Amino acid sequence: MLRDERVFLLGEDIGRYWGGAFKVTKGLAEEFGEERVRDTPISESAIIGVAIGAAITGMRPVAEIMFGDLTALAMDQIANQAAKLRYMFGGQISVPLVIRTPFGGGVNIAAHHSQSLEAWFMHVPGLHVAAPSTPYDAKGLLKTAIRSENPVVFCEHKLLYPVEGEVPEEDYMIPFGTATIRREGTDITIVATLYMVHKALNAAKTLEKEEGINVEVVDPRTLVPLDKKTIIESVKKTGRVVVVSEDCKTAGVTAEISAIIAEEAIDYLDAPIKRVAAMDTPIPFSPPLENFVIPDENRIIRAVKEIV
Amino acid sequence: MTYSKWGSTMIDVSREKLVEMYRKMLEIRYFEEKVFELYGQNLVPGTIHLYAGQEAVAVGVCSALRKEDYITSTHRGHGHCIAKGADLKRVMAEILGRKTGYCKGKGGSMHIADFSIGMLGATAVVGAGLPIATGAALSVKLQKTSQVVACFFGDGASNQGTFHESLNMAAIWKLPILFVCENNLYAMGTSQSRVMLIENIADRAAAYGMVGTTIDGNDVLAVYQTAREAVERARKGEGPTLIECKTYRHKGHSRMDPAKYRPKEEVEEWLKKDPIKRFQDRLFEMNVLTEDEKGEIERAVIAEVEEAVKFALESPYPSPEEALEDVYA
Repeated sequence: MLRDERVFLLGEDIGRYWGGAFKVTKGLAEEFGEERVRDTPISESAIIGVAIGAAITGMRPVAEIMFGDLTALAMDQIANQAAKLRYMFGGQISVPLVIRTPFGGGVNIAAHHSQSLEAWFMHVPGLHVAAPSTPYDAKGLLKTAIRSENPVVFCEHKLLYPVEGEVPEEDYMIPFGTATIRREGTDITIVATLYMVHKALNAAKTLEKEEGINVEVVDPRTLVPLDKKTIIESVKKTGRVVVVSEDCKTAGVTAEISAIIAEEAIDYLDAPIKRVAAMDTPIPFSPPLENFVIPDENRIIRAVKEIV
Repeated sequence: MTYSKWGSTMIDVSREKLVEMYRKMLEIRYFEEKVFELYGQNLVPGTIHLYAGQEAVAVGVCSALRKEDYITSTHRGHGHCIAKGADLKRVMAEILGRKTGYCKGKGGSMHIADFSIGMLGATAVVGAGLPIATGAALSVKLQKTSQVVACFFGDGASNQGTFHESLNMAAIWKLPILFVCENNLYAMGTSQSRVMLIENIADRAAAYGMVGTTIDGNDVLAVYQTAREAVERARKGEGPTLIECKTYRHKGHSRMDPAKYRPKEEVEEWLKKDPIKRFQDRLFEMNVLTEDEKGEIERAVIAEVEEAVKFALESPYPSPEEALEDVYA
């Protein structure tokens, strides 16, 4: 925002009185004023539509949808408008728009505030989908998203907000479509996204200690574009793979990544691809129910042990 | 039904401007008639939603705008494009799916845009253009230019949530925008009276603390005058206006629709109120136009439309692989 005055934020309660439901925009209204950090009415369609209209006329809006589940309210604007305008109009314009929104469960707020819907957006040509798992990546990917000419759905996981990590002061950008290897290993690859990266790393530690299994953890960082190369290379190296994501299993993130691995590296696999994803249910409220539905370290460990 | 006080009032507008408005209306009418004809010859893929009958709205509003002002449009959008100054050749080429069309054949009849003249494009999801237009108006405000936005939509769109969300947001932020509701009395085959209990959609403006007015949408001067006042208010930072233009489409909803849901008497009544005929009579009355001049304009417009058809028909189709371009920037 300091660098480019075309950048402005809009969303519900992102301004000085609240600073965002998860305090992500705290202090920004004070620093940049209420014109550039705009509280909006509870109108998700209009939040995204207004951001699109501003984006195609020279601004760089960053819209916040308070909970990922509520993107459903704005789905026409996201999937039919933001994603398609450039294409429908023959490339006359681009739509430099960022939609930030928190996904994920684990905080006991039930079915309307806990889903992981990354796959919805992966299914819409024209959108980019970012899924950072560390503070360092969140900054680098967000900067790339804001400077991108394409509409970006920037998926944040609620449980990652309190996670601390090294974040350099300086300006840096992480290019989209570059996965990172969070942990090197030789026996099996785990591809994991968002908060599941941390669960996968914990599982990897346990597996190393208790079973002597050496796990490699790949974090795609962006789901669209997807760094297939890094994933495929890792799978070729280890010959085994578990794909982990918090969205539900059917037609989800794990389905897409598994299909790519099957298409491009099946000859290198020594065992079937395993998927660990949320159960195909809405996210339930009561802690034992929610914990059962959302993947945990034990499910990841079990999946690994089934194929190693 | 009460119509605007300007409906029959003489307004200060130059002769050249009046003739230009008349010419634009004719361009739209002949263009649409030609599209209809080409469709019958199987030269237009898909479907078409003709603007014929509603010319006074697009021309009245766009005549009150500057080139750099923005408009957004709908599935029934050919008229808006032409009124804003689009090149007939490239509009026709797009409708025919040709590479030389405004959108290189990717959009077609329902998605024409020309950003070089502030035509921000037509969206075919009913009501979806309202928040986008509102965003363009916010953009103008943030960039502190003096532009305004005119957002065209139909009576059907006023029942969408986006209508409510957008009008409210534009009102609270005092955005420079005209919400132009072209009430042609039918949302596809559903008459207004079946889906809302109010007669005038502009009454809804009050719910947002916004100025709203219902006018005769077949009187181009009434539309122009109302739009001009709304534009002036918008440029002065006095916020948005909802303008409901009562009008009527001459044809059915889309090409294949014989519009049997409209009573014959109603259609006849509205055909008598044809906006072009009315404006023409008015121009004769005002001694702005002579029979000779009228003939001259007609010939020129017909030639221009024919040239657009020729250009489009002679243009190549895009090559199939071009389908893969323009998904991402």
